[in-house]
Amino acid sequence: MSKTKSKMFIRGLAVSALALTAGAAMAQESADPIKLTLHDWTGQLITTRLMGDILQQAGYNVEYVQADYLAQFAGLETGDLDVAMEMWETTGREAMDAATATGKVENFGPTGMKAKEEWWYPTYMKEKCPGLPNWEALKDAACAEAFSTAETAPKGRYLGGPVTWGGFDDERVEALDLPFEVIHAGTDAALFAELESAYQRQAPIMLWIYAPHWAPAKYEGEWVEFPEYTVECYNDPAWGSNPDMAYDCGKPFGEIWKVGWAGVKDKWPGAYAAIKAFTIDNDEMGAMITDVDLNGKTVEAVADEWMAANEGRWKGWIGQ
Amino acid sequence: MAEAILPRARTWPRWSGWVLALGLFLVLRVAGKGLAPWAFDWPKAQTVPVARWISAFTKWLLNEASFGLFTFAELTRFIAAVIDFPYRIVLSLLATGFLKGQGSGAVQILPPLAWIAVIAVFALIGAWAGGRRLALLVAACFTFIAIFGQWQSAMVTLASILVAVPLGVAGGLMLGILAWRSPLFERLIRPVLDLMQTIPVFAYLVPILFLFGFGPTAAVVATLIYAMPPMTRVTQLALARVPGELADLGHMVGCTPRQMLWRVMVPSARDALMVGVNQVIMLSLNMVIIASMIGAGGLGFDVLAALRRLDFGAGLEAGFAIVALAVALDRLSHAAAARQAGSVQGGPVARHPYLAGALLTVLIAAILGLVAPAVQTYPAAWELSTGTFWSRVVEWINVNFFDFLEAIKNAVLLNLLIPFKRFLLGLPWVGVAGLLAFAGWRLGGWRLAVLTGSLTVLIAVAGLWEKAMITVYLCGISTAIAMLIGLPVGILAAERDRLWTVVRAVIDTLQTLPSFVYLMPAVMLFRVGDFTAMIAVVAFAVAPAIRYTVLGLKGVDPRLIEAGRAMGCTEGQILRRIRLRLALPEILLGLNQTIMFALSMLVITALVGTRDLGQEVYIALTKADPGRGLVAGLAVAFIAIIADRLIQAGARAARARLGLGEGAA
Repeated sequence: MSKTKSKMFIRGLAVSALALTAGAAMAQESADPIKLTLHDWTGQLITTRLMGDILQQAGYNVEYVQADYLAQFAGLETGDLDVAMEMWETTGREAMDAATATGKVENFGPTGMKAKEEWWYPTYMKEKCPGLPNWEALKDAACAEAFSTAETAPKGRYLGGPVTWGGFDDERVEALDLPFEVIHAGTDAALFAELESAYQRQAPIMLWIYAPHWAPAKYEGEWVEFPEYTVECYNDPAWGSNPDMAYDCGKPFGEIWKVGWAGVKDKWPGAYAAIKAFTIDNDEMGAMITDVDLNGKTVEAVADEWMAANEGRWKGWIGQ
Repeated sequence: MAEAILPRARTWPRWSGWVLALGLFLVLRVAGKGLAPWAFDWPKAQTVPVARWISAFTKWLLNEASFGLFTFAELTRFIAAVIDFPYRIVLSLLATGFLKGQGSGAVQILPPLAWIAVIAVFALIGAWAGGRRLALLVAACFTFIAIFGQWQSAMVTLASILVAVPLGVAGGLMLGILAWRSPLFERLIRPVLDLMQTIPVFAYLVPILFLFGFGPTAAVVATLIYAMPPMTRVTQLALARVPGELADLGHMVGCTPRQMLWRVMVPSARDALMVGVNQVIMLSLNMVIIASMIGAGGLGFDVLAALRRLDFGAGLEAGFAIVALAVALDRLSHAAAARQAGSVQGGPVARHPYLAGALLTVLIAAILGLVAPAVQTYPAAWELSTGTFWSRVVEWINVNFFDFLEAIKNAVLLNLLIPFKRFLLGLPWVGVAGLLAFAGWRLGGWRLAVLTGSLTVLIAVAGLWEKAMITVYLCGISTAIAMLIGLPVGILAAERDRLWTVVRAVIDTLQTLPSFVYLMPAVMLFRVGDFTAMIAVVAFAVAPAIRYTVLGLKGVDPRLIEAGRAMGCTEGQILRRIRLRLALPEILLGLNQTIMFALSMLVITALVGTRDLGQEVYIALTKADPGRGLVAGLAVAFIAIIADRLIQAGARAARARLGLGEGAA
């Protein structure tokens, strides 16, 4: 981070000098820095950096603050922080709802990216369980046993996300009658540490993977294909293969939202419009994450490339 | 408590009470499930909604509480501003330079201190406080940070530490002195200290962020809450242990109470007080990870980000930069306290050669920095990195030894952890409360019985019984293992100075290296679960077990050992009969701290998928539910308080039985 920070600072100076002219139109808006939060995963760093660069091009003063994904809501409610660029439907919904209910936090709309989350296995597991990726293959006892460990045998072991992510995997296993035991990893880092470990040994593993992320790019594997998610599946027990239980289907795709302090609209109306207009899609993001995490580029370099390649797009967002 | 200790004519042997209590307990455990299921699981419908009350109270405190002229939130924001001021100055000096304006619109007026100047200044402080060797050590620590490219982040972290530690030491010292002077205050503050140290930070993080604002100041406040209690405890213990003759001497030469305190008591307790300072520094650095989550940035953020992309090398480098800071600051504070002031005649430069040298270095470096950027900022081209080396080491172990490690893990899990967990989970809460109350009564009288019994019942009533038992299981086993390692190591190290230097470096490292750094490799080798959590807890909690054992053994009066030797004691007898016995207060304080440390790791263990109270706190944080988090946090604290009080009472009773007198409790 050290290099990044000083570089960022110098770049910030250069950009704001450039932007002095462009910023004339925004002169009546506040010159206070708009505080964007940085979390600890690459995709979010890139999204935030792009938004920050765009706002600077529009003549705004921007500051990056490192903040925890969930603890940040305390800052967003009081206006200590202004914008959070990635709030995942799948993991942040409850905290976001609690915050927006206070009226002090506003949902700035979808980023355009969709969170894909599902059971995932490395390709080499297909040999032991040839019916995959169809979920019905998992019902086969031999297949489940291939995924087992000493603690779960003869049931298969499925490593779910942290309990805080929700996801209804315990319910899913019961509803679809899968011979699997759900183990919850405590944190996302632990989840991928287990995958890395198993992959190095070509050992069995079945776990919760989400995208956009570097893991599907680094490891060869596939998502399990469950019956496709519908709203009824989660709400109506009668839907699907199990007439008595809900959750007899796969996980939903979730929006990734932009959220922020409700005061942004009045303090920086132009920036507010730009943030609302910002969209990007999964493929673009996936490529950028791979560039940073696997090809060793810096977040800044990747953001610069995107800015250069998409000038028409972002200029539209800031009305130029 | 006296009636439990006084020998008196008995018709029944001492242990008969215990037999009776355990017998009743067993009957309840075996036969109770059918007769009284509520004794095992507190009925869900009857759970007292404490969480909702606390949430409502927090809401009121944040939004409405007022002192008339200003609100509570305004008061805390004011305090935050007061803390923020010195922090900004130090941060500007070390990391960002002095800026005009904010954010990306800021313009640098003055650059921060050149890296060479920072190293030189700290080395000069080392030379002033402890001579050339210390200067070299400190310079080496900071150079290490620069070489591994951690300079900028390390300076951000250092800035918050330089603000938090003096505040923590001063506050802890004051509270400790008050507690030593007034037994009433001591009794009031003790539960507060326990709560401060044992309620996981995540439990009160959200209210703190609202009250103090999102950013480094809130991080400093959270650090103070967590790091101050050991200083207070140590101060109180140290002052109580100052030999009576010294106090008498002070009275004889006519000291005023103030002179008595600052000229006699505090200086003679200095060695022990330094243990407290050491703990404040260590615990402050411990909070670096959590501080980085709420906007403090710095090394903690680098560690988290590195571990999220499973870059063990980068995580380790940032982690060891934290250790290097800890070692430098700790050794400097030790030396500064031990320094004998001498007076030198001459002009201002001759009287303050180090200060003059430091100012000169800063000035020269600043001027040179204008011409040569390498003087101002450590050049990126000179940076070293271990790159993928550590990731490959872990991979090699993983590929070659996983089956072996898995076998060990399974053996421990199946034979020790799981049976113990099942046993604890099968206990009826009524029985446990009764048994703890009985233990309290036998060891400390009816007051203790009421305390231990009612706290246990409160945990059950709040609906947290199962998670509390998992907590007890995990922390209990870890504490036992930590003590089994810590006591022998402490005994060995207390007598061998060279070994102690090594051991001290190891435990300082264990205590300050963010557990995340070794937790993720541990997950790769042992999978998520209780075993991995146990490794992390033991690694962290073994530090106080060793440290306090050594402190106690080193503090034993050498004349007593001589006397023992003269009377023909063998070394083993000296150890058992004299040294360990006299060091008992410190060793028990060590046990107390080991338990506290183990409990404070609950937040981390939640990250590897345990289902204890730590997880409950973590869930509450993600659901933005301060009440739920605080209730779980309080349950953790209750467990700590029960353990602490029973240990202390047991120690008092044991000492009284052995005729050792009250000593320092």
